[in-house]
Amino acid sequence: MFLFADGAVAEIEKKIIEAFEVFDHECNKTVDVREIGSIVRSLGCFPTEAELHELLAKVEEEEPTGYINLEKFLPVMTKVLLDRSYQPIPEDVLLHAFEALDENKCGYITKEELVKYLTEEGEPFTQEEMEDMLSTALDPETNTVRYRDYISMMIVDET
Amino acid sequence: MGSGSSANPTNYKYSLQKSENAFKAAVLIQQWYRRYVARLEMRRRCTWRIFQSIEYACEQDQIKLHNFFSYLMDHFTPSSSKERDFISRMFISGESFKEAELEKYCDYESMEVPDSYTGPRLSFPLLPDHATALLEAFKQKQQLHARYVLNLLHETRKHLKQLPNISHVSTCYSEEVTVCGDLHGQLDDLFFIFYKNGLPSPSKSYVFNGDFVDRGKQSLEILIVLFTFLLIYPKEVHLNRGNHEDHMVNLRYGFAKEVMQKYKVHGKKILKMIQNVFCWLPLATLIDQKVLIIHGGISDTTDLDMLQKIQRNKFISVLRGKKRKESNKDVEIQEINGESKVEAESSESESDLSLSPQPRPAPSITNRLEFSKWLRQTVQEQIEWCRQLVDSESEPEEPTYSSVVSLTELDTQCWTHQEEWKQILDILWSDPMPQEGCRVNTVRGGGCYFGPDVTDKILEKYNLQFLIRSHECKHEGYEFCHNRKVLTIFSASNYYEIGSNRGAYVKLGPDLVPHFVQYQASKTAHTLTMTQRISRVEESAFRALREKLFAHTSALISAFKAYDKDNTGKISLSSWAMAVESVLHLGLPWRMLRPQLVRSTVDGMLEYKSWLDDLAMEQRSQEHIQSSLLEVIYRNRSNLETIFRIIDRDHSGLISFEEFRQTWKLFSTHMNIELTDDGIDDLVRSIDFNKDGNIDFNEFLEAFRLVKQSQ
Repeated sequence: MFLFADGAVAEIEKKIIEAFEVFDHECNKTVDVREIGSIVRSLGCFPTEAELHELLAKVEEEEPTGYINLEKFLPVMTKVLLDRSYQPIPEDVLLHAFEALDENKCGYITKEELVKYLTEEGEPFTQEEMEDMLSTALDPETNTVRYRDYISMMIVDET
Repeated sequence: MGSGSSANPTNYKYSLQKSENAFKAAVLIQQWYRRYVARLEMRRRCTWRIFQSIEYACEQDQIKLHNFFSYLMDHFTPSSSKERDFISRMFISGESFKEAELEKYCDYESMEVPDSYTGPRLSFPLLPDHATALLEAFKQKQQLHARYVLNLLHETRKHLKQLPNISHVSTCYSEEVTVCGDLHGQLDDLFFIFYKNGLPSPSKSYVFNGDFVDRGKQSLEILIVLFTFLLIYPKEVHLNRGNHEDHMVNLRYGFAKEVMQKYKVHGKKILKMIQNVFCWLPLATLIDQKVLIIHGGISDTTDLDMLQKIQRNKFISVLRGKKRKESNKDVEIQEINGESKVEAESSESESDLSLSPQPRPAPSITNRLEFSKWLRQTVQEQIEWCRQLVDSESEPEEPTYSSVVSLTELDTQCWTHQEEWKQILDILWSDPMPQEGCRVNTVRGGGCYFGPDVTDKILEKYNLQFLIRSHECKHEGYEFCHNRKVLTIFSASNYYEIGSNRGAYVKLGPDLVPHFVQYQASKTAHTLTMTQRISRVEESAFRALREKLFAHTSALISAFKAYDKDNTGKISLSSWAMAVESVLHLGLPWRMLRPQLVRSTVDGMLEYKSWLDDLAMEQRSQEHIQSSLLEVIYRNRSNLETIFRIIDRDHSGLISFEEFRQTWKLFSTHMNIELTDDGIDDLVRSIDFNKDGNIDFNEFLEAFRLVKQSQ
């Protein structure tokens, strides 16, 4: 068990509160349950949808109201950050994932293939999500996704 | 072929593994991508917060500026005859134009339009062809000749004067009413609305809900187009006044500058006319007696009956200082408005009440006490005269508005000027808030924050269904609040930056069910991906934020030092966030914003001096100016510009060296800035000014990059 200095925990709590407040439109310490994913992810976590649902179960009220209270969210999220749950996905792991979908190992995936995988497999994308990713990832001339280039570009954007 | 058969166990295992891998890979990519999108969303909201907090902080400055004037009125006594003349020029307005004088000054009939002029030529009464010609001309970036501009303004004013304070629209005459929000000089948006929705016509009613001008570069064109349609289709086109239809606000937010740049010879006349036209704009519009449209909002004291009856043209500018001593309140109106309390035309023939007493000339003795005394006496006189006016007209008993039978237009005197002013201020400047109640709007410095309970009361009291207002930029161009009883509609797309927001307009039919149309009138916005759009807007926001940080360098250093008791030169990032908020008071999520603002840390600690130096390097333009001076100028540059423009009464773009020194001194005394006389001289010496001692202050401001790039 780690003993964290009070300062570190306080600082983490402040970060969480800040992120929460950005989505707290009515300034009453609640956010729409649909925004929890954005909040958790913007704090540096990479949960899957399944993991997110698990987390939601811990922070929702007994009778779900559609809103999440800061009171319940804060301790749960603090633990998530202290435990470093939902670790980031490193660049090389992401690359391997794309490569796994690239059957012929030719360095690109066709639009049709990518759409099929991402909207039918895993935790499927909605049409909106798919279109949005394609808008940056797709090379319109060849109608393919050159994933190495795409990843490099996205990683730069991250910093 | 055998190898593909599922009966072959190796192949089956291989394909199972392959599909498992594909599944896992898909999950990974989706997981990563969703995180990316969430971060983008967070960035977008933070960017929005930055822009809003800076924008509203600016508006607060405007009020501070007025406090500055009232402060001077109350406390400053000039130390020389020059200063005394200077102040008297600033405060005792020699420019109280009564309407007749205004017409004479802004006369256009003698203005010749040269044959070489290829723009549209207007004749009155206006016809639909004139409107289409104007639209076409503006699309070709042509300019309307000043003569026609002035003519149009005169006719517009004549028309507006007949209108009541609250316009009435009925959906049984034209099937649909289209309501548009803030346009802020963005002519492309107006073009788009007309393109998509059709031009105003007998079967197409429009309500434009204020803030036609400022910030965007084609405010004048928008006014010309709107006024033209107003005159052609007076029954179908309705304009509400917004808080930017106010010459004091225009001095600061770009409209005054735009007019002077476009009309170098006649700009002043045009501005003067517009100033007058603005105060004649109606204050609100009612659709079917059920939907109230006002620019800002309401307050818990909003009284439609009072609003109906007050003389709206008294309020040329709605801005005034907060801490006013009772006795000075009426003078403020005259000083800031430059207009006498009662309009001339109301009681022209009857009495001398139409003429306000002209102030006696300032005493020629260089005696501080004498001057203050004179100032206050003159002020007193004006108030006395006002009081007489009030006393002679109102009923002797307790005046309730119902008991006053109006014989003249002075029947509104039963309310104090203060009460009337508050009604208008609230209508033009208020914002809705989620919490119940009604609070003073400290962020903007004017109007209220009103809660859902206030909305409910007003709707019930006047039997209304909902309110439509504008005044606040919304990401989607519109937004409901207060349980869908308040609709905000904002028609200036890409208001903060390309890609920042959509614009929208709303259509109401007889069922009063709102239908929205959204748009983003910029080709560039469409071709950018979401990521690129957010990045651009973000860049803009952070540039503005870094400027603000730089402007508070000294205060920041003190704040940082407080967290660095051991004088190591470093502070933790947590301390940084707290220190920055304590200085800037913008209420921003600093920890979220930190990665964009602080690039390098040493062991998780920030070397604050070098961070501030880096900020300064971005901003500094002239090396030989001390950084503290530059900092001061930066922090106050909008205020300085406004003050300069006020002093430059003839809008010539020149002020004398002496005037400049005095202005600076006045300003710095009030703002508690320490600046020696030498400091000022240094400042001036670094500018080239012509030998006759005049400073083109545009060049001066430009020299320090004080003129905002976007304006």
